Amino acid sequence: MNLARQHYEETFVLNLGPQHPATHGVLRVKVTMDGEYVIKAEPVLGYIHRMHEKIAEQGSFAQFMPYTARMDYLHALAFNHGYCLAVERAAGIEVPERAEYIRVITVELNRVASHLLWWAAFLLDLGGFTPLLYAFDDREKVVDLLERVTGSRLTYCYFRFGGVCHDVDEEFITGTRAFIERLRKRLPTMYHSLVTGNIILIKRIKDIGFISREQCRRYGASGPVARGSGIDFDVRRHEPYSVYPELEFDVPVYPEGDSMARYMVRMDEIEQSLRIIEQALDKLPDGPIMAKVPRNLKPEAGSCYAAVETARGSLGHRLICDGGAKPYRLKLRSPTFSNLSLYGEVAEGMMIADALAFLGSLDLVIPEIDR
Amino acid sequence: MNDIMANPLVRALVYMIGLIAFAGLNAAYLVWCERKGAARIQRRTGPCEVGWAGLLQPLADGLKLMTKQLLVPDGVDAALFRLAPILAMLPGMVSLAVVPFSDTLQAREMELSALLIFAFASIGMLCVLLGGWASGNKFAIISSARAVSQNLAYEIPMLLTLITIAFISGSLNLRDIALEQQGNVFHWNLFRLEGWHIITMWISFIIFFICSIAETNRAPFDLAEAESELVAGYMTEYSSMGYGLFMMAEYINIVVGACLTTVLFLGGWGCPFGLAPGWWWFALKIYLLIFTIIWVRWTYPRTQIYRLLNLSWKVMIPFSLVNLLITAGLVKFL
Amino acid sequence: MTMSGYWRDIFVGAKSLITGLCITGREFFRPVVTELYPYEVPTLPARFRGHIELIGNDETGEPNCVVCGMCQRACPSGCIALSGEKAPSGKGRVLTSYMLDFTTCSLCGSCVESCNFNALRFSREYNRVAFDRSAFQLDLMARLKEQNLKEQNQCKP
Repeated sequence: MNLARQHYEETFVLNLGPQHPATHGVLRVKVTMDGEYVIKAEPVLGYIHRMHEKIAEQGSFAQFMPYTARMDYLHALAFNHGYCLAVERAAGIEVPERAEYIRVITVELNRVASHLLWWAAFLLDLGGFTPLLYAFDDREKVVDLLERVTGSRLTYCYFRFGGVCHDVDEEFITGTRAFIERLRKRLPTMYHSLVTGNIILIKRIKDIGFISREQCRRYGASGPVARGSGIDFDVRRHEPYSVYPELEFDVPVYPEGDSMARYMVRMDEIEQSLRIIEQALDKLPDGPIMAKVPRNLKPEAGSCYAAVETARGSLGHRLICDGGAKPYRLKLRSPTFSNLSLYGEVAEGMMIADALAFLGSLDLVIPEIDR
Repeated sequence: MNDIMANPLVRALVYMIGLIAFAGLNAAYLVWCERKGAARIQRRTGPCEVGWAGLLQPLADGLKLMTKQLLVPDGVDAALFRLAPILAMLPGMVSLAVVPFSDTLQAREMELSALLIFAFASIGMLCVLLGGWASGNKFAIISSARAVSQNLAYEIPMLLTLITIAFISGSLNLRDIALEQQGNVFHWNLFRLEGWHIITMWISFIIFFICSIAETNRAPFDLAEAESELVAGYMTEYSSMGYGLFMMAEYINIVVGACLTTVLFLGGWGCPFGLAPGWWWFALKIYLLIFTIIWVRWTYPRTQIYRLLNLSWKVMIPFSLVNLLITAGLVKFL
Repeated sequence: MTMSGYWRDIFVGAKSLITGLCITGREFFRPVVTELYPYEVPTLPARFRGHIELIGNDETGEPNCVVCGMCQRACPSGCIALSGEKAPSGKGRVLTSYMLDFTTCSLCGSCVESCNFNALRFSREYNRVAFDRSAFQLDLMARLKEQNLKEQNQCKP
C-alpha cells in the first residue's frame, strides 16, 4: 500500500493560471510535475469564452464589426481586415485602391505594435523587466499614430465593407516615416544588442521548445510558430489578398524550430513590416476611400472563405450567408488555438521554467483562442 | 565620551542600536534607490508623490505593510510560518556586527569574522527553506528547493576565493585584511601590484561578485522568487510585514555582501588616492557596489536553474580552483 | 560541449553582458519619456472617441436630431434609447429623451457614422469614472442643456 501511495506522491499537480503571471490572461495550464520537471501539461480553455461566433448571427453584418477587434486585441486591425474581406467576397464589393493601401499600412503598423508587445511580454516571462518598457516606448508611438487615424488605441474598429472609415492625413504619413526611421535606429541597439545577443537569453531559449515540421502540420500551426520550424507559409505571400502582391517583402523562415527561431522570425518580421509600410506610403494613390455599398447589406446565399495573416498566424473566416441581412454562420479559424494545441505535446519533459518560456514563445492571446 | 564607550555594556548597546538603525534605514532606502534606479534605467520617474522625489515612499510602504493583516492560510505550519521572516532578518544583522566600517568603527573584532559572515549567510538560506516549507504551497516548495541548491553551489566558489584572500593577507580577520590593504589603489587586493596578485585577483573579484549576487538571490539569479514562474516563490503566501521582513532581509544581505566585497577586495575604508582614510570611503564603495547590483538586476533576464548550477560547477568552481593554485604559487615563490 | 565552445561562451557571453550594461547605463542618464498624468494632461487627437454626445443647433441650441432612430438600429450593443414627439410646428419630430447606456458601449462609432443629420459626435471626455454603474446611464439631453448653459455663461462677460 505504501509503495503505491509513494508512487502517487512523487508527482503533483500544479495549476498555472487562470491567474498566473506567465499566462498573460486567463489561460489555465494543468501541469503534472515531478519535482521541477513537467510530466504532462494540459491547457484548459474557456475562461473568457464570449460566443462571438453566435453574436455574429444575431446582428447585421456591420454590427459584428466592433466585436472582431475584441478577439485578438493586439492585432485588432487584422481581425477587422479578415472579417471585411470575408463579407466583401460574399457581397462582391470592390475596394478602392487607396483604401487597400491604407488598410495595409495600418495593419502592418498594428503588426509591429503586436510584435513589440510580444517581445516585451516574452522578456517579462524570462524575468527581464527593462526591455518591456523600451518596447512600450516604441509601441506608444505606433499606438499614437493609429489613434490619430482610427480614434482608438487598442480595439480598433476602423475598416468598413468597401474601404476604411477615415482618410489618413499628411501628419500621419510624416509621423509614420519618422517612426520607421526611429525603430530602425533602435532595433540594433535596444533590441538586438541588449537582448538578442545576451548570453542569458540565448541560453534560456536556444534549443528549448523544439517543434518539428511534422508537429506543426499535424496541429495546423501557422504564423511565426510554423515559420520558426522551417515551414515557408505566409498568407500574405501564398494566398495573396489586398495589395500585398504589389509590395516587396521577404517571409523570414528559420528551420531550427526552437524558441530562438520563433523569436528571430518575429524580430525579422518587424523589419519586413517596416519595409512594407515604407513602400505602401510611397505608392499611396489618391482617390476615394470607400466604395458604394448599400446600407442594408444582403449578400447572396452561399459560402465564402477569407484568410489573412495576423501577427500570430493565419486567420480564417468562413462566412455562410442565406440571402438575409444577417450572417447565417460565421466560423473563425484562429491561429493561436492551433498553436496552443501543440503545447501539451511539446512541453512534456521540460523543466517548469523552460515550459513557461516556451509558452511565452508561442505568443498567445487568450481572448482569441476562446472567442 | 571615550570613557563611557570604554564600558563594554554601553559600547555593546550603542553598537547594537546603531547597527539595527543602519540595517533598517538601508533596507528601507535601498528599496527607494532600487525603484528610482530602475525607473531611471527604464526612463520613468519612479516614486515621486510621497515627499520630495518620493523620499518618504519607504515610510508609506512600511506603514501600508504594517497595517495589513498577516494572513496565515489553512494548511500552514503556523509557528514556522511566523518564525521564518523574523529569523531571515537576523543573519544579516549579526553579520554587520563584525564588519569594520573604519579603523575604529567596528562592533566586534573577531579572529574568524570572514567565516562568521559565511556561516550566517547559510542560516539566511535556511530561513528561505523554512518559509517555503512552512507555507505548504507548491510554488513555495519548488522555490525553497531551488534556493538550497543554489546556495550550496555558490558557497563553494565564494569560499575558494576567500581562501585566495586568506593566502595573501594571512588572516581571516576582516579588520586585518582591510588594514593590510591600506594605502592607494594599488595596495587593494583587487589591484595589488605587490607579488603580482593583480593577475589573479580580478578573476577572484568577478567570481566573488557574481557569487554574492547569487547568494543574495538577486536577478539574474533570483530563481527562488522568480515572479513569472513561481509567482513569488517562498514569499507567495506571505502578506503584510511577513513579506516586508523578507524584503528587508534581502536588502540587508545585499549590504552585507557589498561590505564583504569592499573589505576583501577594495581596501576597506582606504582612499583610492592615498588621502585620509575613513568610514566615508567605505560607504562610497559599498553604495557603488550596491548600485552596480541594482544596475545588473534591471539589465538582464533571469537565468535557468540548471544553467545557474552549470555556471557554478562548470565555470566558477574550476576557475576559482585554478585561481587558488596560481595564487598559492605566487605567494610561495614571489 | 566542446572546449572551444566553452571558452567562446565565456568570452562572447561576458562581452554581451557588458554591452547590455552599457546600454542600460546610457539610458540611465537620458531624459524621462513618460507623461506625469494628472499634472500633464494628454493631448487628444481630433478623432478621439469619448462617449457620444448630441450636437446642438448653432443658433437655438436645440438638438439637431430628427428622431430617425438610425443610430439606435446601427448600434451593435443596443445601448441607445431615444424617444421623440411630434414637433409643435407640426413638421417633423423633436427629441424628448436620449439615453446612452455607456456600460455596454464599445465605442465603435456606428451611431455617429449612421447619422445623416449631424446630430451626434464623440465627446472628448476621457476620464469618466464612478463607483456606481448608474453614473454611466447618460442622459444626453441633459448634457446638451448643461453645455448650452455653460456656453451662454461664457458669452456673458
